Amino acid sequence: MASSDSAFEFEYSPAPEARSVVDIKPSYGLFVNGEFVDGHGHSFKTISPSTEEVLAEIAEADDADVDAAVKAARRAYTRVWSKMSGAERGKYLFRIARILQERAREFAVLESIDNGKPIRESRDVDVPLAAAHFFYYAGWADKLQYAGLGSDPQPLGVAGQVIPWNFPLLMLAWKIAPALACGNTVVLKPAETTPLTALLFAEVCQQADLPPGVVNILTGAGETGRALVSHPDVDKVAFTGSTDVGRAIAKSVAGSHKKVTLELGGKAANIVFDDAPVDQAVEGIVNGIFFNQGHVCCAGSRLLVQESVAEDVLDRLKRRMSTLRMGDPLDKNTDIGAINSGEQLKRIRELSEVGDAEGAERWEVACDLPTKGYWFPPTIFTGVTQAHRIAREEIFGPVLSVITFRTPKEAVEKANNTPYGLSAGIWSDKGSRILWMASQLRAGVVWSNTFNRFDPASPFGGYKESGYGREGGRHGLEGYLKVSGL
Amino acid sequence: MSTRLDVKKTYKLYIGGAFPRSESGRSYVVNDAKGKFLANASQASRKDARDAVKAARSAFGGWSARTAYNRGQVVYRIAEVLEGRRDQFEAELRSSEGVTAARARTYVDAAVDRLVWYAGWADKIAQVTGSANAVAGPYFNHSAPEPTGVVAIVAPAGPLLGLVSVVAPVITTGNTCVVIASEPHPLTAITLGEVMATSDLPGGVVNMLTGSVAEIAPWLASHMDVNGLDLTGVTDPDLARTLEEAAADNLKRVRRAGAEDLLAVPGLDRMTTFLETKTVWHPMGI
Repeated sequence: MASSDSAFEFEYSPAPEARSVVDIKPSYGLFVNGEFVDGHGHSFKTISPSTEEVLAEIAEADDADVDAAVKAARRAYTRVWSKMSGAERGKYLFRIARILQERAREFAVLESIDNGKPIRESRDVDVPLAAAHFFYYAGWADKLQYAGLGSDPQPLGVAGQVIPWNFPLLMLAWKIAPALACGNTVVLKPAETTPLTALLFAEVCQQADLPPGVVNILTGAGETGRALVSHPDVDKVAFTGSTDVGRAIAKSVAGSHKKVTLELGGKAANIVFDDAPVDQAVEGIVNGIFFNQGHVCCAGSRLLVQESVAEDVLDRLKRRMSTLRMGDPLDKNTDIGAINSGEQLKRIRELSEVGDAEGAERWEVACDLPTKGYWFPPTIFTGVTQAHRIAREEIFGPVLSVITFRTPKEAVEKANNTPYGLSAGIWSDKGSRILWMASQLRAGVVWSNTFNRFDPASPFGGYKESGYGREGGRHGLEGYLKVSGL
Repeated sequence: MSTRLDVKKTYKLYIGGAFPRSESGRSYVVNDAKGKFLANASQASRKDARDAVKAARSAFGGWSARTAYNRGQVVYRIAEVLEGRRDQFEAELRSSEGVTAARARTYVDAAVDRLVWYAGWADKIAQVTGSANAVAGPYFNHSAPEPTGVVAIVAPAGPLLGLVSVVAPVITTGNTCVVIASEPHPLTAITLGEVMATSDLPGGVVNMLTGSVAEIAPWLASHMDVNGLDLTGVTDPDLARTLEEAAADNLKRVRRAGAEDLLAVPGLDRMTTFLETKTVWHPMGI
């Protein structure tokens, strides 16, 4: 969509990434013990959210399938993986990293088709970071005794992992890479709306000659996930997703031996001071909330802007938003892709309507939305108070709530006034203020003069109701090792 | 020669740096190891538990903002004052638990030494658990631990060493806490509260409740302003499970009960369970 009021109209020709690089099968089974098998449950369809085209029939794993997968993982753990040297385990992970790099284009296209995210992001962020995660943790596999987690840290056993639909392959990498590096075997359930790259990853495991049962992929919805995390022979539960499901998981493992890490929701404050480099800050605000259609747990969904510069920042922000290009996820010029599902679109619409009803003022980019698929234009709400639901609840979409403040202390108070604590952003030119703010914000990741940066070496995870445990870096090993009495 | 009548101590709660009675007006009988009456301990109520959480929350900002060096010195000061009152603690342990004089001395030695051990960690734990992260881009990126917030603790049976072993790691790192003392041996906890109250420890950093674990612990486990829950002293597995379930409502960090040798040198995990890792990014450029 081009800005309608600008003096120059820059028209972009379509620049679609070739879809022929991927080969989507009509139907997929479950990946258990190194091979694809039929599930016992019903099947469901995965669709392309940008076109509503049915992509494939996917098997839904039932309790028996979950049991079979956990048994396969246990067998692989006992007989093969826990006995293998760390160096050899690491070599398998290096192989996986390399194959992901070799097949990067295929993964990027498939991810954009199944998820709806722009190819620019899947190509430049999701897939390279997924490969980087495997490469990073591959190197840890034979160095665990140096991780500061005891002189002879031991794996936990079988990990049951449930991941969301916003970064399907990347979240798979965040889960599987550290688990395997530490000597655990895994049963992973991708989200029901985005199973395809996980199933393609199963092929990568085969190409890497990974011993059967070390990685098992079960597709399905909430029931499958529940069966997996509550299976008595699972030693470790790792979940990324909503805080409500995280709570349910924390309850379900109460009194068990299971070790749990949870990476849940957020309502991050992105704080802009009057001395911030404004154009950079505006880019950071856009990246903070519109990256991946706002389907980001650490999205900067609350803009806290200092009153003295609020008008200027908002003017520039609106101007910048008007140049965002929304449409075909496979077009290399696309900035904003499709909302991942009809269900999510409904939630975004509902919460936005609550914003209207509670008296906030909505501004959205004027543009024609495609007639098919799930779309929501980049939107900001001004006149938002801290009591508004759009300031408190995670919308998980391209919707920004704008709140103003006068003093740094007020900014801290407002930023921390949430049950969440995943991330925060600070924009200022003053070093001492940045460091003071960073120390005051109750959030696990603080981006100063940048936002939404991720790296395998950088620990990620929340305070408060955003969950517990860290993924990434040396800290990410702790969730997959026995560390008591270290 | 006329015999002098002892001046006996009234054992109350320790909340916000003060020693109030239970607002419920209740008390329960505490006997010595031989079954003979020792004292009436306060039987804390839900209201007391909530007051204690409020005191702990109020104290958190200031305590966590102290320099690590300062917190280390305060914890060390607790050790100093405890050492100075060791005769009283040895006598209490002998009468309440019925242990020998040598055993009582061992426990008091270990409790003092444990405080000293943790005091030394205050300004080192960040160096051991933090990191400089080599990210693939022009960014300064580092991770450091921060305290979780208010931690509710069910203390184990060892009335002095057990208590010190669960409280010291939590406060050294900047958390504040509400502790339910050992139900059968609550008196030492309150005496330890007197030590803390005279050790430059700000009021509210440690709050001590005595009474029924089964009655008080559920209110702490479900309290939405409590961030962590240490179940070390919960011996009933059903109660432990129920408390962990209640803790899930606001995703408290939970340390489950488990056997441990209190006399052994502890690991870092009592500290790390109630620490958050914060990672800060900043671009580098000219």
